[in-house]
Amino acid sequence: MKILLSILREMADIPSDPEIVATALNSLGLAVETMDVVGTPVPGVVAARINRMEKHPDAAKVTRCFVDAGDGEERHVWCGATNMQAGDIVPLATLGTKMPNGMEISRRGILGIDSEGMLCSEVELGLSDESSGLLILPAESPLGVSPFEILGIEHDVVFDLDLTRNRADCWGHLGVARDLAAYFNVPLRGPKVEPGTLGESRSIPVSISAPDNCGLFSIAAVSGITVGPSPRWVASRLAHLGMRSINNVVDASNMVMLETNQPNHAYDANVVSAFNVRLANAGETLTTLDGQVRELTPDDLLIANATTGNGVGLAGVMGDLHSEITEATTQLAFEAAWFSPDPVRFSAIRHGLRSEASIRFERGTDPEAWNLAAERFVTILRETCPNVVLHAGTTVERTSSCPAPLVVTTSVARIEKLLGIAIPAERIASILNAIGFVTSIEGDVVTSIVPTWRPDCTQDVDLIEEVARHFGYDNIGKTVPKSTVHGRLSNMQLRRRALRRVLVGLGLDEAMPSPFLAPGDLSNVGLTEDNVLRIANPLVADESILRTSLRPGLLRSLRYNQSHRAPRIGLWEIGHVYPKSGAQLPDESEQLAIVVAGATAEVALEQWNAICDALSVGAQLDQSRVPAGLHATRSASLTRGKKVVGVVGEIDPVVLNELGIDGRVSILEVDLTTVLNEEPKPVQARDINRFPSSDIDLAFVVPESITASTIQRAIRSAAAKRLVSIDLFDVYRGKGLPEGSRSLAFRLRLQEDGGTLTDAVIADVQKACVAAAEKAGASIRS
Amino acid sequence: MASDLTPQQQVAHALADGVARIQAAASSDDLKAVLAGLTGKKGSFVAIRSSLGKVADIEERKALGQLVNEAMAELDVATQARAKALRAGEFATQIEADRVDLTELAMSARASRRRGRMHLVTQATERLEDVFIGLGFQIAEGPEVETDFYNFEALNMPPSHPARSMWDTLFIESDVEGSVVLRTHTSPVQIRVMQEWPPPIYAVMPGRVFRKETPDATHMPVFHQIEGLVIDRGITFADLAGTIESFTKAFFGPGFTSRLRPSYFPFTEPSAEFDIRRPDGSWIELGGCGMVHPHVLRAGGLDPNEWSGFAFGFGIDRMAKERHGVEDLRDMYSDDVRFTEQFS
Repeated sequence: MKILLSILREMADIPSDPEIVATALNSLGLAVETMDVVGTPVPGVVAARINRMEKHPDAAKVTRCFVDAGDGEERHVWCGATNMQAGDIVPLATLGTKMPNGMEISRRGILGIDSEGMLCSEVELGLSDESSGLLILPAESPLGVSPFEILGIEHDVVFDLDLTRNRADCWGHLGVARDLAAYFNVPLRGPKVEPGTLGESRSIPVSISAPDNCGLFSIAAVSGITVGPSPRWVASRLAHLGMRSINNVVDASNMVMLETNQPNHAYDANVVSAFNVRLANAGETLTTLDGQVRELTPDDLLIANATTGNGVGLAGVMGDLHSEITEATTQLAFEAAWFSPDPVRFSAIRHGLRSEASIRFERGTDPEAWNLAAERFVTILRETCPNVVLHAGTTVERTSSCPAPLVVTTSVARIEKLLGIAIPAERIASILNAIGFVTSIEGDVVTSIVPTWRPDCTQDVDLIEEVARHFGYDNIGKTVPKSTVHGRLSNMQLRRRALRRVLVGLGLDEAMPSPFLAPGDLSNVGLTEDNVLRIANPLVADESILRTSLRPGLLRSLRYNQSHRAPRIGLWEIGHVYPKSGAQLPDESEQLAIVVAGATAEVALEQWNAICDALSVGAQLDQSRVPAGLHATRSASLTRGKKVVGVVGEIDPVVLNELGIDGRVSILEVDLTTVLNEEPKPVQARDINRFPSSDIDLAFVVPESITASTIQRAIRSAAAKRLVSIDLFDVYRGKGLPEGSRSLAFRLRLQEDGGTLTDAVIADVQKACVAAAEKAGASIRS
Repeated sequence: MASDLTPQQQVAHALADGVARIQAAASSDDLKAVLAGLTGKKGSFVAIRSSLGKVADIEERKALGQLVNEAMAELDVATQARAKALRAGEFATQIEADRVDLTELAMSARASRRRGRMHLVTQATERLEDVFIGLGFQIAEGPEVETDFYNFEALNMPPSHPARSMWDTLFIESDVEGSVVLRTHTSPVQIRVMQEWPPPIYAVMPGRVFRKETPDATHMPVFHQIEGLVIDRGITFADLAGTIESFTKAFFGPGFTSRLRPSYFPFTEPSAEFDIRRPDGSWIELGGCGMVHPHVLRAGGLDPNEWSGFAFGFGIDRMAKERHGVEDLRDMYSDDVRFTEQFS
């Protein structure tokens, strides 16, 4: 929202220094996004008439202009613009002029012919952000005079405010001025209104058939109008505020809205002499001022000509193109209304038409501003229409939806309790009254009538915020709560951190791919898409599915790095997956996935062992359950009974081929929602067994169909309590072994609890182990 | 043994001969062989000692025995000295033979294998968590796919509340249109914590959030926020300002200060933006905060007459971005190892 310093200063005697004003605005919560000084005259720029123009045969893109700046001397200027004609009066930057962008005008030539100055556009003069050629000054403008003077451009400061949703009132200068007047403790004058006498009474009939949508509709009769150009200051201010000057009537209407926040509309009273506010009929059309034909719905509110029944405006949004005033207009019907915010918002959304009016109505306007708007409208018009008359008898129709002033109570104690500082009752009252609240304090109770322009204030905390805002957030002080809570990480959070450190210790980098997938991403890695959630309004179709696995994202990141020739990429991710559930929310869980390019299942097992060791967890390797999308003979599920807590192995080569990934890729996935939530009991210390230990080595020939873990489990239970450790220290396949078998060599360390092992005991254990292994399908290797 | 020598002379002779042979030993192995010749079973001193038995006079025999013992001790000293000298030489040779170029080893794949990297967002999150733990906060987490109730309604934004347009929401296809969303902020965790944890509550809630936004240098559709919530008896706006100040000093450093500016959020009243002032006087606009709105307390199952509190929130990604001078947020989410490996 653009706000002009000049208008603020007309409304209240606030400081002229824009920096001081900006600081005040920021501390009031009216955040200043940008602050621009505009309309600063550029010395050296004068109005000049183009006497004649010539083209040079060797310079197609530029024109030679011969100009008269009123000093009787014809100057030659090269010009790249194309919108001028001989006879036009344009701004000439004379030699030596320093332009707003810092450039100095010098005698610069093309084809050896000097240019004695530069003809200027609005952009070059700092008057606008865009222009389509030279600024053409009005005909008859005096030559040699500054165009800023000719156009009546005021030196001004524009604040662009980033207004919060609650401050509907600040969409008009008056709301901003009110806050600033309170801040600087100066009286608020408001917009200048001439107390001109009212003319004879003329009432224009109004009926409201949609009382829920229209709370108030006022029509004032205005006569004595001559449609023509606006005064310079009006056009200049509108330009600074980003609006185009149309004519004196439309401009006055817009100025009133920008100043008072009351959107309004001026109809030709000879065309519309009675109004009806009603819901549109299905299929009814209206051509809005932007030239678009809009098909209306019964949810749209229409302002209709009661005589013809035709629509003359989409209420709160935009007027009808065919009901615009014309040069022949002499009498106006001036509308200022209050429309319910939500219906206006929905109408604007439905028609893709956010107008200056709808922005204001959807935030909530002041139902009591209609009279100020009409009086200010006439005051501005009086400069160009000296005979303008505002007639008595303004029609004001109200319905039950018109907001009534709200009374909100709080207490001095409650304010202190919430803010943490004692503010005296008188101070509270004076703060609130300065911004239009009518406040009385009896004992501890603060009772305040909320001004009609503040629809955001509905309960005590809203009132307290206003007190805090004008007391100054900086003045409230800083304390620290006396907490009885102790900061700490939960078990799960501690274990997640431990896990992260294990992973980086393994040389693996954390990746964070998008949790959004394209349709097909999951099936491309061999996973089902039956249980996915879809985004109803995705940015792009390729990001329309929520992941049920971390795998597609990680593999994409791996491939990306591989394509940049990164060596041995190892990536991990800890993140959520969102498979559909029967309930409203998905079965969201936290998962770990690790992929390493060029690595085998052994690497994934190494990672799993490191994690088990660090987190004191474990699981069985079940190779009989090949996880989807994994290498059929090099992968296993990590199971606990029937529950699967992860997968380990290699990615299916078919999948890798499909994705364009070279070499093998190891994969480990762990369900962290299960594993991290476990809280292993602290291990209790055991005495070190100081008796000597003995190692025995046993080598078996084992068919490939029998897993190493089967044999190891058999040996482990046979050696029983004397077994300290068992290591598979050698695996051999090849010559000397039967087809389909391999040799597994285990080293057992044995120790007796409470004595030295005897040879006889060792022999017994060995015998038992061999017997157990052979029973499990192995045969001792001789 | 020459018979014209006295036994004393024989001992002296054998000693001199032995010492000379020990000193001439060329290696540790050679020395072992020499010793075997002197004191071994067939060594010269064994012969001398056995000849002592022939000496009749007991005193003389004793004196001679003494002489032999002393000679043997002297041989031992000579042996130790020679052995030490030989070992020193041998180690020196071995050490020379062991020579490696450590700079070469340092470049080997094994030695130069680096630790992995945590994502910058994870690093920033842990740093923030640690600071808040130090300030007495616990850490809460919540789901990323949320119901409309937790993401909006409980936060004082009933259906079709205009303030909902402050967030560009991504909706999940569901039976009731619009009832499930990708959370647009971490604020829904506030409600869950209020419902699940008995007060007093001092918690921060970091996590992933989602907006329907086209990625650019400063915006991502998926990014991270941290939310703070304090609920206790008698919590005031001044407590909010003081907690923000404590965080500022703990996280950024003692030269930094903070300020609050009025603002608007549907779920807090009064509301504020908080800015951090760098020691050089410049400001960082960090996030939003305010006193928890009574409607929000009620939605969390708390009585606003008994409990009050404040909440605050800000972006984590920006913390990482500013700390490491990352120009473009998209780089941070590229998973490009060439980017990641820079940050230990």
